[in-house]
Amino acid sequence: MSTYFSEDHEWLKVDGDVATIGITNYAQAQLGDVVFVELPENGKTLSKGDEAAVVESVKAASEVYVPVDGEVVEGNEALVEEPAKVNEDPENSAWFFKLKLSDKSQLDGLMDEAAYKAYVDTL
Amino acid sequence: MGDQTTDLLKTPLYDLHEELGAKIVPFAGYAMPVQYPLGIMKEHLHTRAAAGLFDVSHMGQAVLKGPDHETTSAFLETLVPSNMKELKPGKQRYTVLLNRDGGILDDLMVARPAEADREGDLMLVVNAARKAVDYEYIRSHLPDGITLETFEDRALLALQGPKAAEVMARFAPDAADLAFMSVATLLFKDTEVHVSRSGYTGEDGYEISAPADKAELIARTLLAEEEVEAIGLGARDSLRLEAGLCLYGHDIDETTSPVEADITFCMQKRRKEAGDFPGGQRILKELAEGPARKRVALKIEGRAPAREGAQIRIPGGDETLGEVTSGGFAPTLGAPIAMGYVPAQFSEVGTSLALVVRGKEIPATVTAAPFVPQRYYRKPK
Repeated sequence: MSTYFSEDHEWLKVDGDVATIGITNYAQAQLGDVVFVELPENGKTLSKGDEAAVVESVKAASEVYVPVDGEVVEGNEALVEEPAKVNEDPENSAWFFKLKLSDKSQLDGLMDEAAYKAYVDTL
Repeated sequence: MGDQTTDLLKTPLYDLHEELGAKIVPFAGYAMPVQYPLGIMKEHLHTRAAAGLFDVSHMGQAVLKGPDHETTSAFLETLVPSNMKELKPGKQRYTVLLNRDGGILDDLMVARPAEADREGDLMLVVNAARKAVDYEYIRSHLPDGITLETFEDRALLALQGPKAAEVMARFAPDAADLAFMSVATLLFKDTEVHVSRSGYTGEDGYEISAPADKAELIARTLLAEEEVEAIGLGARDSLRLEAGLCLYGHDIDETTSPVEADITFCMQKRRKEAGDFPGGQRILKELAEGPARKRVALKIEGRAPAREGAQIRIPGGDETLGEVTSGGFAPTLGAPIAMGYVPAQFSEVGTSLALVVRGKEIPATVTAAPFVPQRYYRKPK
């Protein structure tokens, strides 16, 4: 399984042609206490750059953009009930949704963990 | 934060905020702590459970000086709709500066010092973002014999929460005796400070005006107490929203009158009858006939917060009634809340409305403010 990162601070863990997508630890720290999560509907087709999910902290609302094309196959309903999980375990159990990739070559445009870490250091 | 904050003004506590690991953001021209490592949610809940220390030094502190209270208060009454003549020594009052149309130029606190040698002084605390406007407006109306002096060398700290009085008493025993909306000059350890029993969180607490060079020592002294945490502007905003209090530039502005804003508690009987203040005609008419629109508190169904700017509608209708002026998640309630303006006929408690969030209607109900009970300290009779 390979992990990829986007400049919008999403992570993707790819297993076969399905990517599990969430927001990075850096992103949750920037957001602060998450109080609301809205997930995309199963079966929804998303194109790279589309707004896929909404995450809101006490102070502000932010969007989670999808960094590759695909179809939503599952949402993490546990986050809707317990949005604070995003702060507690952002890069593991607090994944947002799973996407069936329609063009795996788009993954080449994303960063690996080392490149993402270097990117965050420049911010 | 990069260069974003370099042109900003700093309060006397800026270095302390940095040392405490605050996230600094621009606010009203100042580099201010929006939150500390604890985070907005825990800072908010801590203030409701124990005590929070806020740096509010960005706010404007000033004094109107006249020959006697009668003269100074009579002048101030020409700009505000509250009784200032009857304000007793050692008492403070919330009021609004009005423009000639009855719109609110700013909301502010006015205190009459208790000390006999400060007879004729009225102390003002105004919003940071409105300092320049307020001072210009007041100065343009000053009669001979009254001056406005602004304090650029004083810090303002707020200690808020159910443990505030207990903590304060350890360093300033005289503060324990102050009732809500009372002021006194007293010693905090060895430093002379102006203290008022007030704040903007809905909790018991104090605002402490101190010389700039003593502010850090006072802040460190309070923060060293077990009950006290440093609290940023983020939690200050969610606390005041739960308390149903207006934020200038959001819930009130130059177009809203005190009647529309539902803050007529700041207008006492004599002034309401006479209407002898700027915009008096409009305000008397609104008092008699009801305002066209009114600020309401809104309880929101579900978890999605409705933010400032969200449209308010009749459920299922496409007509916009008004807008949310403040909205967010209420940590104490674990639910989203909001305030906004609607036509008066929709302002009754219990009225069902809808808020538009990301194109979707979310049910909301007009509710009584405050959302969280106020816990101000009233003296036993």
